[in-house]
Amino acid sequence: MKGTNLGEFEELVLLTIAALVNDAYSVAICDELEKHTGRVAKLGVVHAVLNRLEEKGLVKSHLGEATSTRGGKRKRFYIVTHAGKASLMNAKQVREGYWRIIPGFNLEGSI
Amino acid sequence: MNTPPTPKPPHWAQRFIAWYCKPGLAEDLIGDLNEYFERNVQSVGPRRAKLIYMIDAFKFFRSYTVRKPTFANFLINPIMIGSYVKTSARNLMRNKLFSFINIVGLAISMSVGLLLIAFVLDLRSYDRFHQKGERIYRITSVLTSNREQSSKFASASIKTGKLIREKVTGVEEVAIVRDFSQDARVGDNLLPLKGYWAEPSLFRIFTFPMLEGNPENALRDPYSIVLTETAAKKLFGNERALGKAIQLDTLAYQVTGVMKDVPFFSHINFEALVSLSTAQQLNKHDKNFEKWTNMGSNYVYLLLPPVANKTSIQSQLDAIAQEENLTGENTKIQLELLPLYQIVVGENLGDMRGSVRVHMPPVVLWILGGLALVVILSACFNYTNLSIARAMRRFKEVGIRKAIGAGKGHIRQQFLAEAVMISLAALVLSCCLFLLLRPQLINLAPEMQRTVKLELTPGMITAFIVFSVTVGVLAGLLPALFFSKVSAIQALGNVSALKVFKHTTLRRALVVMQYTFTLIFVTTTAIGYVQYKNILAFDLGFNTENILNIHMQGNKPDAFLKELSEMPEVTGLSRSLIITSVGNAWGGYMTYKDSRDSALVLTNHVDENYLPLHEYKLIAGRNFIERPITAKAAREVIVNEQVLKRFNIAAGDPGKAIGEEVTFSNIQVTGRKMRIVGVIKDFHYGKVDNLIEPVAFLFWTPEDRGIINAKIQSTDILATMAKIESVWKKIDRVHPFQAKFYTQEIEDAYSELSSMIKIIGFLSFLAISIASMGLFAMVVFTTETRLKEISIRKVLGATTGNLLLLLSRGFLWLLLISALIALPLTYLFFKEVVLTRFPYHTPVQFTELFAGLLAVLLISFGMIGWQTMKAARSNPAKVLKSQ
Repeated sequence: MKGTNLGEFEELVLLTIAALVNDAYSVAICDELEKHTGRVAKLGVVHAVLNRLEEKGLVKSHLGEATSTRGGKRKRFYIVTHAGKASLMNAKQVREGYWRIIPGFNLEGSI
Repeated sequence: MNTPPTPKPPHWAQRFIAWYCKPGLAEDLIGDLNEYFERNVQSVGPRRAKLIYMIDAFKFFRSYTVRKPTFANFLINPIMIGSYVKTSARNLMRNKLFSFINIVGLAISMSVGLLLIAFVLDLRSYDRFHQKGERIYRITSVLTSNREQSSKFASASIKTGKLIREKVTGVEEVAIVRDFSQDARVGDNLLPLKGYWAEPSLFRIFTFPMLEGNPENALRDPYSIVLTETAAKKLFGNERALGKAIQLDTLAYQVTGVMKDVPFFSHINFEALVSLSTAQQLNKHDKNFEKWTNMGSNYVYLLLPPVANKTSIQSQLDAIAQEENLTGENTKIQLELLPLYQIVVGENLGDMRGSVRVHMPPVVLWILGGLALVVILSACFNYTNLSIARAMRRFKEVGIRKAIGAGKGHIRQQFLAEAVMISLAALVLSCCLFLLLRPQLINLAPEMQRTVKLELTPGMITAFIVFSVTVGVLAGLLPALFFSKVSAIQALGNVSALKVFKHTTLRRALVVMQYTFTLIFVTTTAIGYVQYKNILAFDLGFNTENILNIHMQGNKPDAFLKELSEMPEVTGLSRSLIITSVGNAWGGYMTYKDSRDSALVLTNHVDENYLPLHEYKLIAGRNFIERPITAKAAREVIVNEQVLKRFNIAAGDPGKAIGEEVTFSNIQVTGRKMRIVGVIKDFHYGKVDNLIEPVAFLFWTPEDRGIINAKIQSTDILATMAKIESVWKKIDRVHPFQAKFYTQEIEDAYSELSSMIKIIGFLSFLAISIASMGLFAMVVFTTETRLKEISIRKVLGATTGNLLLLLSRGFLWLLLISALIALPLTYLFFKEVVLTRFPYHTPVQFTELFAGLLAVLLISFGMIGWQTMKAARSNPAKVLKSQ
C-alpha cells in the first residue's frame, strides 16, 4: 500500500462518491465523473480504482437490494469512510496551502 | 402491439465472469456490465452491445478480480481421490458381470490402439539416430514425359548430384549413392553383397560409425570397399578384414573400412559400400551414365548448414533443372527437397527399381487410426451405456455425497476417476493381449517384418498409459456429466420419480451407432473376402495351374533346362523374361504404317513353348518358328487383339492381320521391323485393377534375363521341389533357389489386399465381440429390472413366447435400424469407391451383403433369447415372494 496518499483520479472518484452520498455505485460514479470532468471514464478503470480505495480503507461498500434491472444483479454502493474523509481534507489543505503562497497568480501571464 | 424480445447479454460471457471472478465481486460486476449493455442496446444496437459485453468480460480478467485457487481444494483432492478409488473398487466388486464386460471390452479394443501406437512410434523412430538428421534432405525428381502425368521419384541422376555440388550455394555436403549388388569372393567363400556405390561425404552426412579405417578417405579411391561388421564376419570369419582383398566380378577391391551394422530403423540399408569413383571408372565409356535423365537407382542426399535458406536452394535447383531440361528430349525433370524424416512416413514416391522400401503413406495410418478409434469408441459406448443404465442404483450414493457438501466438480471427478481406474485395469489386460497379438501383426506380411519391431520401450509405455487415461476419460465423460447434474433432493427423494429413462434416447443412439459400425465392419470383411477370392480365381485368359516359375538369377537357363527336362515330374518347360499378371511390366513403342503414331505396347519375351504351356488362345496365325539368338535378329511378333484395335490393323480382323509389318523399339533395339505371325485372345497382362492394354510377345533370346516356367505333375510337391532345388544347387552355389508357383505369385501380388482384409476381419471380430458384450449386459440389466413385471405377467397368463417378444422387441428394433443404415452404406461404399478401381470385378452379391447381418443377428438373438428365457422361466412365486 502506498499509504493514504491519493492519486489524482482516486481523488476525483472519492469526491464523486462523497457527492453522490447514498447513490454511489460504479455506473453512477462513471456518469457523474463524465458530467463534471468532461472526460470519458471507463468502467474498468473506475472499478479498479474503487477496488483500490476499498483496500486502502478509504471507502466501504455494501450490496443493495435486488432490482429487476441489471439482470437481477444487486448494486454495490460505496460510502466514504472516516479515513477517506480525512485524506480528502488533507488533499484539499495541501492544495490550498500552495494556492496561498502563489503571489498574484494570473492565467493570462502564463502563456 | 408486438414488442420484440429484449436482447439479453450473452449467457456464456456471464458464466465466464462468474467462473473466474472472486465471488464477492462477480455479482455487481456482472450487474454493471448488464446495465451498460442495456444502454448500449439503445445507443448502438443489440449486436454491437453483445460484442462490447464479450470484450468487457475478457477485459475484467485482472489480477484483482481473478479468484485465487483455494488451499482447501488442493488439500481435499488427494484425500478424496483415495475415497473415490475405494468406492469405485467396491462398486466394481459388487457388479462383477458389468465390471468384467467393461474391462474386457476396453482391454480388447485398447489392444488395437496399443498395436497402432506401437506401429506409429516405430515408424516415427526411423532415421532418428542420425545426429544431423534434421538437416539432411534427399532430392526428389519430378519426371514429366511428353504425354504422361508427372510422377515423383525418390531417385535422382548422378549429374544432378554433381551439379548441386558445383553450383548450389548454401549446401554443406552432397552425397551421391547408387544401388549396388554383386557377388563377393574371398578365396572359396562366395557371398552376394547388397549395398551402394557411395562417396566419402556419406559418412559426413549420416551417422554411420566406423569401427576400423578412416571414414574420411575410405571411399575415396577406386576399388575400395567398406563392409559392415556382419558382412565382414561372413566373408572373413574372425580374421581382421581391414586391408584385405575382395573379388567382385573379375576385379579386386580392397577393404578400407569396417563399420557398425546399419540400425534396423534406417531407411537406407546395406551390407557394403563401394567407392562411387569405381562405378565412374567402370562406366567411363557409357555416355548415358552421367546423363541428366538417367535417374534410376541413384539417390542424392544433401546436408544443409544449421541455418539454411531453403527457398534460395529450391530456386537454385529450379534454375539447374530449367537449364538441363533445355537440352532436348521429351522428359522434363524438376528437383525438390525431401526432409529425411519424411522419407518413411510421407508421400508415395516411385522407385525405378520397383523394389519394396520401407514406406508408409500417412493416409494409411489415418485410416487405420480411424478404424481403431471406431472399435475403441464402441467399447467406450458400452461403458457409458451400462453406467447410465445402472444409474438408479447409484443415486443414493451421489445424493449423500452432495448432501454432505460435494459439488458438481467432485461428482464429475469421482465418476471420471472410476472410469480411468477401469481403463487402467483394462490396460494391464490389453498389454498382455498386445504381446499376444504382436507376432501375428508382424507376420502378417513379409514387408511388416522388415518394417517394424514393435518392441516395448519406455516411451511406448508412457504413450500407452496416456492413451489409456484418455480412453477412460472418454468413456466416463457422459456418466460423469449425467450424475453431476442430479440434485441431492432428487437423488435422496423418490428415485423412481426421477426421469432416469429420459436418457434412453441417448443410450439407444449409442447402441445403434455401435451396431452400425459393427455391421459395416462385418459386411466389409465379407464382401472384401469374396472379392479377394474372386480376384485370385479370376480367369486371366491363360492357365496358371501347376506352373512353377524359377528365377535364374543371372545364370544361363540351358543347363538347368536340360536337367529339368529329364525329371519325370516336369511335363513341360518354357522360358520367359517376366511373370505377367502380377504387376510386372516390360514394354516398348510400336508403330504401324503411320510412323508418327507410336504407342506403348507391353511385352513379354517368351520361347516357343510358352504359349502352349500356359494355354494361351491363338485366334489366328501360329506360334514362333524362327529361333533367333539375338534380340536384333528377332522378326516375329505375336500380338493381342488390343494391338489390332489400337493401330486398326486389318480393320481388327485377326486373320487378315497375319503378315502385317510393324516397327518396334525398346531398350534393346530401336526401329526393328517385325511381322505379326499370330494373334492371341486378350488376356490380363497387368493386375486385375488394370484395363487390358495392347500386348505383344517377342521371342526370348539368351540376352534376356531368364525365368523358367516348369509345368509340374506330381503327387508330392514338397519332394519334387526338394529335387529341383538340389539340381539348382549344382548350377548355382551362391544364390538361394528362388521359385514359386504361379498361383502363389498371384496371391503374393495381392498381398496388400489380403493383409487389409485380415486387419479389417480382425477388427470386425473385435467389434462384434464388444458390441455383443454390451448388448448382453444391457439385456441382463433390463431383464433384472423387469423381473417383477415378468413374474406378474406370467401369473396373469403370458406365455414364454409372449415374454420373449416383449423383452427382445426393443433390441431388435435397434438392430434393424442399424442394419438399415449400415448395409446401404457399405454397399454404396464398395460400389462407388472400392470396386471402381477394379474394372473387371464381379458385382457385390446379396449373400455376402447379408451374411454379416445374419451372423450379428444370430449372436444377438442367442443372447437375448438366453437371458429372456432365463427370466421367463423363473418361478413367479419365488420372485414375488422375495420382494
